[in-house]
Amino acid sequence: MLQIKDLHVSIDGKEILKGIDLEVKAGEVHAIMGPNGSGKSTLAAALAGREMFAVTKGSVTYMNENLLELSPEDRARKGLFLGFQYPVEIPGVSIVNFMKTAINEHRKFKGLEPISASDFLKHMREKKELVGLTSSLTNRSVNEGFSGGEKKKNEIFQMAMLEPILAILDETDSGLDIDALKIVAQGVNQLRRKDNATIVITHYQRLLEYIVPDFVHVLYKGRIVKSSGKELALELEEKGYDWIKTEE
Amino acid sequence: MEESQDHILNEVTGGEYKYGFITDIETETIPKGLNEDVVRLISAKKKEPDFMLEFRLKAYRHWLTMKMPQWAHLTIPEIRYQDIIYYAAPRQQVGPKSLEEVDPELLRTFDRLGIPLEEQKMLSGVAVDAVMDSISVKTTFRETLAELGIVFCSMSEAIREYPELVKKYLGTVVPYTDNYFASLNSAVFSDGSFCYIPKGVRCPMELSTYFRINAANTGQFERTLLVAEDDSYVSYLEGCTAPMRDENQLHAAVVEIIALENAEVKYSTVQNWYPGDRNGKGGIYNFVTKRGICKGDNSKISWTQVETGSAITWKYPSCILRGNNTIGEFYSVAVTNNYQQADTGTKMIHIGKNSRSTIISKGISAGHGQNSFRSLVKVVKSADKVRNFTQCDSMLMGDKCGAHTFPYIEVENESAVIEHEATTSRIGEDQIFYCNQRGIDTENAVGLIINGYAREVLNKLPMEFAVEAQKLLAISLEGSVG
Repeated sequence: MLQIKDLHVSIDGKEILKGIDLEVKAGEVHAIMGPNGSGKSTLAAALAGREMFAVTKGSVTYMNENLLELSPEDRARKGLFLGFQYPVEIPGVSIVNFMKTAINEHRKFKGLEPISASDFLKHMREKKELVGLTSSLTNRSVNEGFSGGEKKKNEIFQMAMLEPILAILDETDSGLDIDALKIVAQGVNQLRRKDNATIVITHYQRLLEYIVPDFVHVLYKGRIVKSSGKELALELEEKGYDWIKTEE
Repeated sequence: MEESQDHILNEVTGGEYKYGFITDIETETIPKGLNEDVVRLISAKKKEPDFMLEFRLKAYRHWLTMKMPQWAHLTIPEIRYQDIIYYAAPRQQVGPKSLEEVDPELLRTFDRLGIPLEEQKMLSGVAVDAVMDSISVKTTFRETLAELGIVFCSMSEAIREYPELVKKYLGTVVPYTDNYFASLNSAVFSDGSFCYIPKGVRCPMELSTYFRINAANTGQFERTLLVAEDDSYVSYLEGCTAPMRDENQLHAAVVEIIALENAEVKYSTVQNWYPGDRNGKGGIYNFVTKRGICKGDNSKISWTQVETGSAITWKYPSCILRGNNTIGEFYSVAVTNNYQQADTGTKMIHIGKNSRSTIISKGISAGHGQNSFRSLVKVVKSADKVRNFTQCDSMLMGDKCGAHTFPYIEVENESAVIEHEATTSRIGEDQIFYCNQRGIDTENAVGLIINGYAREVLNKLPMEFAVEAQKLLAISLEGSVG
């Protein structure tokens, strides 16, 4: 589904990612861990196509296509979803309106008619329940005045609405209390299918107690320095990141 | 080479203004220039009673003593008043009795503008007065409204058929001495709409006037008068467009509203005059005086405007809150893109006790646009327990545009509570990326964000027009974000 080869990414001429190799297959969950400033969010943003993250070298193939040639919106329409670490506020635009616009853009891309109002409402009701989002929240403006937990729930709700093929969740656990964390994790688990995949980016092992990954990768100074099964996360929890640094 | 590039640019930018076509129709015009004979000629063409001619002549003589106002935050090129044609009318039978008598070319024009004049094709629940250049082409649903005693017709007809009403109210809210452009309008106004809602009547449909400038080198000076008797209600909407022309055209209108006891008037404007091209060439100069008086106790006047057009806009729809417990509202979205300039806002004059006003202004500046908000909240000594809330938001797109605010507050009564909030924001790259990541391209993202920003105001528009206005906002900002 996703093959990353020797990916180098710079911001303002400063190289952040220094050669990433990663392969994600359908049905898998990968966790990317690492200390602050190691380049985790840069990887997520570069895959989603944010302009200020310049790819200087390497290749990314997604569903047998060169991902790097696609615009951010086309990447999204082809099923790539990014759950933001810091979800953005859009004042005056209700979640309902935002999601309807997004879904219809996805449908237009596939040559489908806009979704009917009743189908949309039904779809929304289902997905709202999944993440325990209340109607009073979905009628509010996108992320405006939301608590940290509400913002993250809203990201998972949007993910559920758009049914992505590849979801990248950037620090979705940060700022969540344990109850919110469980709800978010539960949402992610229920959306797991054989034909989709998830990359969970996290600083802490905590989330991985609820979302069990197939692979854990440690990102440090712009490189993946260690890849292993889920037991790696526990090891990191126990020892911290220092042993990775000294091993270098 | 350069010329062909300009041509391409013109075509590209021209594509964004949907209403720039010219109707090829025989037009009766008078020679350009302005003097007393021209004022007399206009009055004669309209077959007006003597009091109207007197009104016009007094206004004209007063105008001669005045100077163009310079206080607005606008750069206005010199206007040569002697080069303007003050009367232009599509040649057709005066006051067509039925649609068959209206020139088919005119009907096609309004069809293209999305304003079908055949009643069976019209939006149900909206009556339209269609004005082209200096005359009203057709007013629909007149008979239906007449059954309720509502008068809805062109100003020219009102002067002929209801002279006592016109005489009683015309110039009472905006006197002919009010300001430079109001005086000019009072001297040479040609048409516009007249609306009278009798006591206790709730107007069952939206009334609207659609203004169209067509002829070249002419000015449009329309005059609208709206009288709501005790316990009545009316919602009124005006729309305007003009062809794309390289030379600027002057539009100086006056709107007067009188709301008597317990009456409520909603006045909405979707202003989409030709804004000029991407380089600031051409476009309408829109110098408009709009004012309403809440004369009776418990009356209410609400102004909503969506201003996307015109090269220059100078406009302050205002409320004189004379009755006790009266309410004045002003909701505005003003967009300036390319080289457009706007200086717009409102005046709320609190005279009655317990009078309340709300001002919500949303300015959007893009390109080289300059957008100014100007307001006056005045509370006189005898006005106890007045409340005002003002919110003035500015949004900037790009780094070459400007947003300016000039709020004036004059309070002579200590019991008044006046609030003023102001914000300035930008469309963030992060907002656009967030939308992109959900599959929404940048152009749609800007439309979505702008409409969200303006939602408070757009919500005030009558349903039928809110959707149009949303599209208009997105279109007028097309290409303003890289």
